[in-house]
Amino acid sequence: MQLDLSLPMHLTLALTPDVVLFGGAMLLMIFAAWRPESAAHQRRVGVASLVLVVLTAIAVVVFARRGMTASTGVIAVDPFRWAADIIFLLAAAIAIATSLDYNAREGIWYAESHVLILFATGGMMLLAAARDLMIVFLGIELMSIAVYVLAGMNRRSAKSAEGAIKYFLLGAFSTAFLLYGIALVYGATGTTNLVRIGEQVLALRLDQSALFMGGVALMLVGFAFKVAAAPFHMWTPDVYEGAPMPITGYMAAAVKAGAFAALLRVWLEAFPIAYAQWHAAVWWLAALTMIVGNVVALQQRNLKRMLAYSSIAHTGFLLVALATGTAQASTAFLFYLLAYTLATMGAFTVLIALADRGDTKVTLNDIAGLWYTQPGLAVTLTIFMLALLGFPVFGGMGFLGKWYVLQAALQAPAPQTRLAVLLVIMTAVSAGYYLEVVRVMFMRARPEGATEPAKPRGATRVVIYGTAVVLLVFGIFPDPVARLASAGTHVAPEPPVATRSADSTAVR
Amino acid sequence: MAAFLESIGYNNWILTALLALPTVGALIVWAHGRATSKATDAAADNAANTARHLTLWIFVLEFVLSLGLWWSIDPNVAGFQALMDARWIDAWGARFALGVDGISQMMVLLTTFLMPISVLGGWTSVRKKVHAYHVLLLLLTTGMLGVFVARDLFLFYVMWEVMLVPMYFIIGIWGGERRLYASIKFFIYTMVGSLLMLVAIVYLGYQAGLVEGRPNFGYEAILAIPELAPRAAFWLFVAFFLAFAVKVPMFPFHTWLPDAHVEAPTAGSVILAAIMLKFGTYGFLRFALPFFPAVSLDPAVRTTIIVLAVIGVIYGSLVALVQPDIKKLVAYSSVAHLGMVMLGIFALTTESVQGALMVMIGHGLSTGALFLLVGIIYERRHTRMIDAYGGLAKVVPMFATVLTIVTLSSIGLPGTNGFVAEFLVLVGSFKTAPWATTIAAIGVILGAAYMLWAIQRLLYQRLDKPENAHLTDLNRRELALLVPILACILWLGVYPKPVLTRMEAATRNLVQEVEAKAGRQTLSLIGDR
Repeated sequence: MQLDLSLPMHLTLALTPDVVLFGGAMLLMIFAAWRPESAAHQRRVGVASLVLVVLTAIAVVVFARRGMTASTGVIAVDPFRWAADIIFLLAAAIAIATSLDYNAREGIWYAESHVLILFATGGMMLLAAARDLMIVFLGIELMSIAVYVLAGMNRRSAKSAEGAIKYFLLGAFSTAFLLYGIALVYGATGTTNLVRIGEQVLALRLDQSALFMGGVALMLVGFAFKVAAAPFHMWTPDVYEGAPMPITGYMAAAVKAGAFAALLRVWLEAFPIAYAQWHAAVWWLAALTMIVGNVVALQQRNLKRMLAYSSIAHTGFLLVALATGTAQASTAFLFYLLAYTLATMGAFTVLIALADRGDTKVTLNDIAGLWYTQPGLAVTLTIFMLALLGFPVFGGMGFLGKWYVLQAALQAPAPQTRLAVLLVIMTAVSAGYYLEVVRVMFMRARPEGATEPAKPRGATRVVIYGTAVVLLVFGIFPDPVARLASAGTHVAPEPPVATRSADSTAVR
Repeated sequence: MAAFLESIGYNNWILTALLALPTVGALIVWAHGRATSKATDAAADNAANTARHLTLWIFVLEFVLSLGLWWSIDPNVAGFQALMDARWIDAWGARFALGVDGISQMMVLLTTFLMPISVLGGWTSVRKKVHAYHVLLLLLTTGMLGVFVARDLFLFYVMWEVMLVPMYFIIGIWGGERRLYASIKFFIYTMVGSLLMLVAIVYLGYQAGLVEGRPNFGYEAILAIPELAPRAAFWLFVAFFLAFAVKVPMFPFHTWLPDAHVEAPTAGSVILAAIMLKFGTYGFLRFALPFFPAVSLDPAVRTTIIVLAVIGVIYGSLVALVQPDIKKLVAYSSVAHLGMVMLGIFALTTESVQGALMVMIGHGLSTGALFLLVGIIYERRHTRMIDAYGGLAKVVPMFATVLTIVTLSSIGLPGTNGFVAEFLVLVGSFKTAPWATTIAAIGVILGAAYMLWAIQRLLYQRLDKPENAHLTDLNRRELALLVPILACILWLGVYPKPVLTRMEAATRNLVQEVEAKAGRQTLSLIGDR
């Protein structure tokens, strides 16, 4: 069905999943405020939020199967959007499910925490759908403001407050960059619609214009903050360490994914003609992020911090897909994102199961010899670590994601050979810290008098084993996911090949 | 026999079955471990024993199944047989394609032959987490066999990495005192080497699939890539070279080997030395040479590799000579033997390559046996220092006899497999690399020196340490695991023809193909680089 987005009816139809989510979230917000704060009420709202996430996911799947297309309005109706939505909703479901027990343990009784996750997820869904810079901005703000609050959710923790204020200040700062960039791009092109911008760039030869390229550069800085790319990553470790653990996992996976989805769409739809100009910047951003993330992660003893740096490293790997800039790269991006989301959130869920009140006991020393007392947790954490490392079979989808990105990078019209080589070298470096976790769990003795964490129960347990099994199964039989991801390939107008003899812009 | 095998369609299912059986076995042992995890004391001992028996019989079954390959593979055909080709990941053009030829057939048989023996080798020395240990051994076997039978490079890479994890755990959990250091070193070295190969494989798969418009990782398809740009071919070769050279290990990439081999538990050392070291040389034969003939036969490249190989022979022998630790001595002897294999491969005559393959098999048998013997004596005395022994021949005569025979095989005495193998390498290589061969021959003499000196200090001399006076001789289990190896050593020494004929067609074809292709691709690497 062809939607004409200038008709209000059709526009509403195109936004149905988002409307379901936002509408439901508003109702739940009222429901959350209905009763006094209590552990039971927090759980009740959490379960209701889970149901809403599932309903939204059903709506997304229904729409995806309809095969609708839309005119070039403000909203994109394409498989890329649906595929990204599914990943966001998956991350939201995991975050809410793990919050249930976590909040009870930490004494966080604010039922609104679940609803805020819903709002943030709604913002991400807008980001994936945005075909207009105004919608991009709206999505970024919706997502970020909800997450600023979530990061500081644990009011009793000074670290949480510190992280939240840092995140808020730097986030607001970076949004200003983004907004200024949008303004400059609008000034140069006279439009905020992505497709129209692309046309204008071609028509007016704007890739030579300082005004336009300045706007692109500022927008890149804004996005680089949001996805935590070096050198704009400084806020990440502190914020991730301070935030409540389910939220940290959610930020590391979904918030990054949301910003990336918009970044990819804007860059591939609005700026493909200027590939030769922005390629060098993205190239260096990718290279630097991979190096900084991996090398600094090597020194971390606290697992939460280690995973924060690991998430920076993965930003670098994802940026390789952006630097490639082809349709295949966006497929690889979706596949990688799914694998990364499962592995990261799985790993954080294991940490939730291991941690004591106040998110303590998650250093390498605390998990020494874990295999001898909690084999289930040790084995699943190993799977997640190997998945993040990108190891075949035992790391399941992680390897295939990396393979996909490599394949996209090497098979582009302008092959990114050097980035690909850097990617595998940095993967080898990352073995240093991912394997350290495995080594400590399996090859050291359990220290005398170590307190044993309780066996995970309920939703936590389901998430841990569920994500591990999904990673492994799709790691051996990835065909269904690969087909879905390639159905979600970005159908943006391909830039002319002549402008992309441009591996050289960066490497010379 | 061949007719019977054909009547049951043996060739159609055997490779899949060989890969599946250990994995299924691993699941069974794991399930058994879970079911009995609450058991204590006697019941736990019982459960551990069951795990050992289960694994042993799975491996015996695997070996019996694989024996059929001896008859079912036609020795006159050079290409792959027992083909298996199924869809796997359509979206990327990766297929589940298997096959063996005369070369990989022998490697598969060597693997399946040594696995039950390795289980017996760790029968009493592995005492903690027995189930997990055997699960890992079984998974490891799937990975190792997968590398030898994969006909699709995607599958090959997956299997290549798969075997890394179980071995990492085996060294790291059940290994010696410095196991943590050794296991991480083993893992990182191998992984760094193979990751660059990953880039090369992606690139080759893309090149091979240019016509169809989607990647193709099939071995034949990559072989049929018309011509790679010389510069690209060179760097691709380098990527494969690094992966394989670390695994061989060639000097100077060998430093992980002494650590890993010494710290691994007995079964781990046996598998590492006897099977896993063969992956590097097998990779050169199967992939690096046929894919990049022009690069590998380029005088500069070839000379470099042959020089490194000969350095490996001499250096490995010299370092072995001064080792006070018997396990380290055996580990360094591997560096020397594998140097010999590399010389044979890059000399590239039919004889030298066949000789290299024989060294691979022979080294698998004799070094495997040496590690088993070291393990046996270590269990009794808990030291590996050569000084701590002396005069053992009087106390443990059977042990001494076996060790002597294995040693003689290792140094290449006529009548043992070692002689046939090294002789073939030297004769074959002399045609193309006379100087290197002459120096390598000196290495053989050094090999005799360090091995004979070592057993002299262990077995003969005076029995002057009272601790050694009451050692017990080989028991029935230990005999059961050593006798088959001894039989093979003598059989291959006296009558190696059946093995040689089975490998000949494939080897000859390989050598001719590589030379013909290298001749066609006039390459001016020097000018281009």
